[in-house]
Amino acid sequence: MTTAQETIHWSQDVDKALEQARTRGKLVLVDFSAAPA
Amino acid sequence: MSQIIQQHFEPVRVNAISQSDLYQKMASRFDVNWTPTVLVLDAGGKERHRISGYLPPPSFAAQLLLGLGQAAFAAKKLDEAEKWFRQIVDKYPHTPEAPEAVYWAGVSKYKATGDAAALKATAQRFSDMYQDSTWATKASVWK
Repeated sequence: MTTAQETIHWSQDVDKALEQARTRGKLVLVDFSAAPA
Repeated sequence: MSQIIQQHFEPVRVNAISQSDLYQKMASRFDVNWTPTVLVLDAGGKERHRISGYLPPPSFAAQLLLGLGQAAFAAKKLDEAEKWFRQIVDKYPHTPEAPEAVYWAGVSKYKATGDAAALKATAQRFSDMYQDSTWATKASVWK
C-alpha cells in the first residue's frame, strides 16, 4: 500500500501495537494487504 | 509518507495470502472484507478512519492525515484536528481528499470556538475552490 515499505517496521501483533500506541501517544495503522511480500 | 507513518502510527500489516490464518482472524475482528484495506485505530482500539482500495501516494498520504484529523476530532482535540485537516489542503490540494479536509477543518474550528463564522467562512471558501465537490454541497447550508 505504501511506497516506502523498506523503511517501515511493520508488526503483526495488533494488541502489542495498541499497547505501544497508548504508551507512545500514537495511533495504530493496520494494513490488510494481498500484495506479494 | 513513511515519515508520517513512523512519527504518528504503530504500523501493523497482515497479508491475506501468505498469512491466511492471521488474516482471517484479524479481518473478522475488524470487519474487513476486501484488500487493500487500511484502518486507523485510536489507542483504545476504536476505528477512526478506513481506507478501502488502492490509492496513489498523494491520496494515500492525504488519507493518513484525514485519519489523524478524525482521531484528534473524536478525542475533542479540535485545534490539533484542524491543523491536520489544513495540512491536507496545503500539501495535497489537488487530491480528492482536499475538499473533505476543507469541510472538517471548518467544523473543527467551529466546534473549538463556537463561532458560526467559521462555518460561513468555510462555505465561502467553497465558492472559490472545489465548487463541484460533495463537500461544497454539504457546506452550502452554512452560507
